Amino acid sequence: MAIENRSGNRRKRASIPPWLRGIGSTLFTVLITMVGLLFVTFIIGRVMPIDPVLAIVGESASRATYDAAYQELGLDKPLLVQFFIFLLDIAQGNFGESLLTARPVSQDLLRVFPATFELATVGTFFGVLLGVPLGVLAAVKRGSWIDHIARVVALIGYSMPVFWIGLIGLLVFYGKLGWIGGPGRLDIFYVDMVPNITGMILVDSLLMGDMGIFRNAISHIVLPAALLAYYSLAYISRMTRSFMLEQLDQEYIVTAQVKGLSANAVIWRHAFGNVKVPLVTVIALSYAALLEGSVLTETIFSWPGIGSYITTALLSADMNAVLGGTVVVGLVFVCLNIFSDLLYKFFDPRAK
Amino acid sequence: MSMSTELPQKSSSLYEWLTTDTPTSRKQARLSSWYRSWLELRSNPMAMFGIAILLALVLIAWFAPLLAPQSPFTQDLAARLTPPGEGGYILGSDSLGRDILSRLIYGSRITLYIVSLVALMAPIVGLFVGTAAGYLGGWIDVTLMRITDIFLAFPKLILALAFVSALGAGIENAVLAIVLTSWPPYARIARAETLTIRNADFIHAIKLQGAGALRIITRHIWPLCISSLVIRVTLDMAGIILTAAGLGFLGLGAQPPSPEWGAMISAGRKFILDHWWVATMPGLAIFIVSLAFNLLGDGLRDVLDPKKNSK
Repeated sequence: MAIENRSGNRRKRASIPPWLRGIGSTLFTVLITMVGLLFVTFIIGRVMPIDPVLAIVGESASRATYDAAYQELGLDKPLLVQFFIFLLDIAQGNFGESLLTARPVSQDLLRVFPATFELATVGTFFGVLLGVPLGVLAAVKRGSWIDHIARVVALIGYSMPVFWIGLIGLLVFYGKLGWIGGPGRLDIFYVDMVPNITGMILVDSLLMGDMGIFRNAISHIVLPAALLAYYSLAYISRMTRSFMLEQLDQEYIVTAQVKGLSANAVIWRHAFGNVKVPLVTVIALSYAALLEGSVLTETIFSWPGIGSYITTALLSADMNAVLGGTVVVGLVFVCLNIFSDLLYKFFDPRAK
Repeated sequence: MSMSTELPQKSSSLYEWLTTDTPTSRKQARLSSWYRSWLELRSNPMAMFGIAILLALVLIAWFAPLLAPQSPFTQDLAARLTPPGEGGYILGSDSLGRDILSRLIYGSRITLYIVSLVALMAPIVGLFVGTAAGYLGGWIDVTLMRITDIFLAFPKLILALAFVSALGAGIENAVLAIVLTSWPPYARIARAETLTIRNADFIHAIKLQGAGALRIITRHIWPLCISSLVIRVTLDMAGIILTAAGLGFLGLGAQPPSPEWGAMISAGRKFILDHWWVATMPGLAIFIVSLAFNLLGDGLRDVLDPKKNSK
């Protein structure tokens, strides 16, 4: 739609190569989406039943102190001006100060984000590793027992509340069997022994070469990561299956078979080759969903990531932290979407 | 075959009337196509299983006062955290000595309430936005779809969290938050449907008769959009339940002492290691109901998917 509108300008810029123009129009869309996203967040912040002035000066402040703080926050200005200031602040990475930690929200976010990133990445990695072959197999052996198993696996994944199965997992594997570490990223004993290099404990403990800590970190991440992997496996295997079925119905597959290619070559080189591109989109989406789902998973596992940061802030009415966290997750979300879009355009000649 | 259009009395002739190849009225044609879909759905055991569970859920919610052994709010501190099967507590009791089974039974009303409200409101918002964008086109289309994209780009649960925290915790606000985050896909579907219908001959004919945009959209486009929206809603139901339960779990949905399932899990979380049943039972209930919706949705999609016939 946006392209139609600007087709007038397009003729003038005919010398610009089309792929660059494609990226330009994508960037424009991204910009609009991001500003819109920030606007929604801003409005949410404004209608919150929490008085930001009272939160700073306290209940017993005098009228004059209150008014001074009111002006300092710029709340006397028109809403649009306030939004513009909000945009400028965010562009500079300034999300205000958290009431709870008394530190800039941006610093807090930098501190908690690696934990979420680590968890979601490990989860997606195993989700892809198992989900893609399962989906391919289910499509190739359609109607067989493996197809049914894949279907049941996906159905359960779509139907199970993650916060519940997380609790049950903790009860069984930590409480009863004692196979894994409990909530948190490390045993209390190790917590302050890992230097903060990347913020990802698995990486940091390897970097400092302490296998004891590394093993401990694994025993803590294994359950939450396995859960996230299961959810992404459910989604990815389903999508892989339907993409593969679509390809296997095509005539070029028959041609390849008639040509005498081995079944493996037909499946993996020909059919799967055409599935790769849409699959990347699906994986990016599932990754984004895991980042979002972190709100519930991290609460269960006391995982100090962005999800539990947002929930804690929410429950203690720490507005700046909530909005900052929402903005960051939203932006990551948008970026992942755009990234998969671009990838699609880049690899699929039909989309050009 | 063109004998009469009135409903026959005997069931065998009703069957014939429903399965005839030459329907004589619009009503007969429509009923007959529904009946055929039903026959196909009936042969899908998974979907029928889902329907059975959902029917049971509706009945349980309806007859909750008759079925529940106790009031969901009566506390008995002497019998707190009784294991399942002991002391007359079939599924055990919670930390205040309330009967978990009774709370689950009453909680089904809350679940159904949330799901049906969202399932009514979100598609309607999407229908309004999508058909307006698709039919009116131009800058209205661009603006509306841009807004849709923005909401689509937002992580749903986080947006719902932010909304609920802005509006205040509670069931109604949770419903509102879920609606606000789940309408965009419906708007896209409705717009796509509108774009294919918009240039059809019958729309041109109606336009020539002098019908305005409002009349065309509400009388002629909306009815044609509804079936694809219904399928999508059925597929989304499980997601709605899980989101609502998640909000309840985080303390942003139904407030205590309300027996909402997500909130019950959250209350049982503290005791999970020693008293597993408090958190396990409501989770099972959520799982069973959303599984039922998924089974039904899968079956419906298989039956109603237009692509299927071409294969």
